[in-house]
Amino acid sequence: MASEAHAETPALREQFDTEEQQKDASTLGMWIFLITEIMFFGGMFLAYIVYRGANPLVFAVASSSLNVYIGAANTVVLLCSSFTMVLAVRGAQLGQRQTIVLFLILTLILGGVFLGVKAYEWNEKFQEHHVPGPAFHFEGLPPELQGRAQLFFSLYFAMTGLHALHMVIGVGILSLLIWQARKGTYSAAYMTPVDVSGLYWHFVDIIWIFLFPLLYLIDRHLGK
Amino acid sequence: MITAAVQEREHYLNASYGIKSWLLTKDHKRIGLLYLATITFFFFLGGAFATLIRVELLTPQGDLVSSETYNKLFTMHGVAMVFFFLIPAIPATLGNFFLPMMIGARDLAFPRINLLSWYLLVLGGLLSLYAMLAGGVDTGWTFYTPYSTSYSNTWVIATALGIFVAGFSSILTGLNFIVTVHRMRAPGMTWFRLPLFVWSTYATSVIQVLGTPVLAVTIILLFCERVFHLGIFDPTRGGDPVLFQHLFWFYSHPAVYIMVLPAMGVISELVSVYSRKPVFGYHFVAFASVAIAVLGFLVWGHHLFVSTQSLYAGLVFSFLSYFVAIPSAIKVFNWTATLYKGSISYATPMLYAFGFIGLFTIGGLTGLFVAALGFDVHVTDTYFVVAHFHYIMVGGTIMAYLGGLHYWWPKMTGRMYPEGWAKLSALVIFLGFNLTFFPQFVLGYLGMPRRYHVYPPEFQVLHVLSTAGASVLAVGYVIPMIYFIWSLRYGKVAGANPWNATGLEWQTASPPPAHNFDQSPVVTHEAYDYSTVLGEVEVG
Amino acid sequence: MTEHIDRVRTYALVFAVLIALTVLTTAVAFVDLGPFSVVVALAIAVGKMLLVALFFMHIRHSTRLTRLVVLGGLLWLIILILLSLTDFATRTWVGVPGR
Ligand SMILES: [Cu+2]
Repeated sequence: MASEAHAETPALREQFDTEEQQKDASTLGMWIFLITEIMFFGGMFLAYIVYRGANPLVFAVASSSLNVYIGAANTVVLLCSSFTMVLAVRGAQLGQRQTIVLFLILTLILGGVFLGVKAYEWNEKFQEHHVPGPAFHFEGLPPELQGRAQLFFSLYFAMTGLHALHMVIGVGILSLLIWQARKGTYSAAYMTPVDVSGLYWHFVDIIWIFLFPLLYLIDRHLGK
Repeated sequence: MITAAVQEREHYLNASYGIKSWLLTKDHKRIGLLYLATITFFFFLGGAFATLIRVELLTPQGDLVSSETYNKLFTMHGVAMVFFFLIPAIPATLGNFFLPMMIGARDLAFPRINLLSWYLLVLGGLLSLYAMLAGGVDTGWTFYTPYSTSYSNTWVIATALGIFVAGFSSILTGLNFIVTVHRMRAPGMTWFRLPLFVWSTYATSVIQVLGTPVLAVTIILLFCERVFHLGIFDPTRGGDPVLFQHLFWFYSHPAVYIMVLPAMGVISELVSVYSRKPVFGYHFVAFASVAIAVLGFLVWGHHLFVSTQSLYAGLVFSFLSYFVAIPSAIKVFNWTATLYKGSISYATPMLYAFGFIGLFTIGGLTGLFVAALGFDVHVTDTYFVVAHFHYIMVGGTIMAYLGGLHYWWPKMTGRMYPEGWAKLSALVIFLGFNLTFFPQFVLGYLGMPRRYHVYPPEFQVLHVLSTAGASVLAVGYVIPMIYFIWSLRYGKVAGANPWNATGLEWQTASPPPAHNFDQSPVVTHEAYDYSTVLGEVEVG
Repeated sequence: MTEHIDRVRTYALVFAVLIALTVLTTAVAFVDLGPFSVVVALAIAVGKMLLVALFFMHIRHSTRLTRLVVLGGLLWLIILILLSLTDFATRTWVGVPGR
């Protein structure tokens, strides 16, 4: 028998020698996962750069039809959720169960608010026929530029859609964490899941920090 | 009594029994075997498509299959071989099994994620397989738009989603390997004591992690365009199909190195063991792996020379492509320098290594031809390109994969393969391979386009040669399949270290115990220090 | 790596700056800065990203390896964009008949 293989616990899995090694491995693993996410969104950012470069005016006009105040408010909501998330992680570092649960729930609620607002915005696009496809129509642009406007909204839906999908996954992770935290799974000695989930949540926030100016704030003075 | 039943030692294969103990295993060795079974299935599936293609090409007319069916055949051949065989081939089977052992770890850093990656590959494989059985897909493995988004009425979505899911498998495997190499090395196993297979697999993992997500987003955008009518690559709405090609090849050129870098790692191990010499210029070979991984990301535009890509971009990409030749050549020269004055034994794995070095060199040098702007315009989408990349992928990756499989088979199963049959099949494969693909260089140079099943009668002789070679090659691949299974029961029992190799994986029993080592190893020597193991390689 | 626990005040301050920057970038969008409006918007976004990454994601206390991973990821994003732009930015430089 392997002499030093120890009994497996959540706090220390059998393939690791020390808790520090395990924590380092999990953190590194999450960061590597996040760079895959950078590249994933990177493909869409490239598409955005190429098409905005080719159609600057249409993009400005189409962008101005988005409600900038809703976008800004949703940015604030997401930043608030990052703030509550970091306080949850801090609570975990200190091993305060109540704090973890409280701030994770707040984060969850804020994430839900963000998604709700997003759903409202998307719904608006459906009503305004701003969804790419045969029924698309953008008032104020000549027929030959309708396709270019569809290009903007294609990017809008792809980028906000995949961002929202990440948020939904994040909400799922948060629910799991809250359930575990209420059972008292996390302590100052074992809080890696809270920590790495926090990294994920902040990353999704960073993506939105770029999506907001790129989609909502293109040359507003031209569009008005 | 001497004949008293020998109490069988406990190892990873008999530590537990039953289908559940395999399907829920977290042991990297068992997961490696699960991958082995999966990719073997897809290899023979892709091989079946290849057989049909070659049979159709025996005559200049399209008499066996219709054009539509032929389009599906070469597409499904490419999809099965590239995404479900070549990419997982060496990292996910041999890498999974041996990377933790070679660095002296009990397992990978994330065993559950490792199991999850296998399930993702199976799920992706089933999705694509479903698409193939339901009616197939005809876009070519490259899924170029707008054909794939707007015109093809075959199973594009199911196939592409299968590849998307398999991509996650690849990402998670890479992630797991990177963390493992950083965090799980045994005491004394410094970076420059790592076996070169670990270096090259590490470099491969970096590519998997940085490249695959771009393929993933490309497939998602393709999906959104086909299903939700987004217009990101749609030229009628101002979208640019060439952007699709950029995104696709940003992954798919480095993907070639996902296939060939681990193969190079295997060759470094084989060349050293069977020459009884440390790899010449260890540091250069190690850094060459990293250099290939990095440079591989800077050259993808050479696939777009005849698209509407700007001429200036073409110049940049053509120029950069030549740089990949430098680390590749370093490897080839260092392997041959390792052979120099070595005490060489011609065991089967070494025969595959020789095959690899020769064929990879031909594949690599013709790669320089097609990286040259002017020449490429002439041979783009001809059999010259087909021959070139088959020399890299089949002549390179599969040769190394088979070499590695023979080399590590005694460790994986505790049994030797039959050396005579193995040598015979290595020879058959080498001859069959060259007979199949060398005529294709000539065909392509003469102007035979790829992806056509009707061709001018002048090309028939070369096509018949190629098909004859493919039949020989098929026989060569079936023989190992038979004797490997045979050896599980009847093979000679292998000792812990039949090749007198230096790697940590050989310093434990064959097959290894469930936790790899009875005592955690402490490393005190450089890699390939043959003064630490006595004796010579015994060739049966 | 030893655990480093930041004060709530630090987080609150970072949070306040993030909100202020959001208001700023929204306001600036209505001002005509010509080609610089996109530069300003992106500069503010990069600033916000740095704040979130350094403070909320604890990069300021993280290992060199983690920083290397992050920088590597950003570098690869730049490779993807810049090398693609060698095509898209230079397409019109040569007049090729028919293109
Ligand atoms: Cu290439």
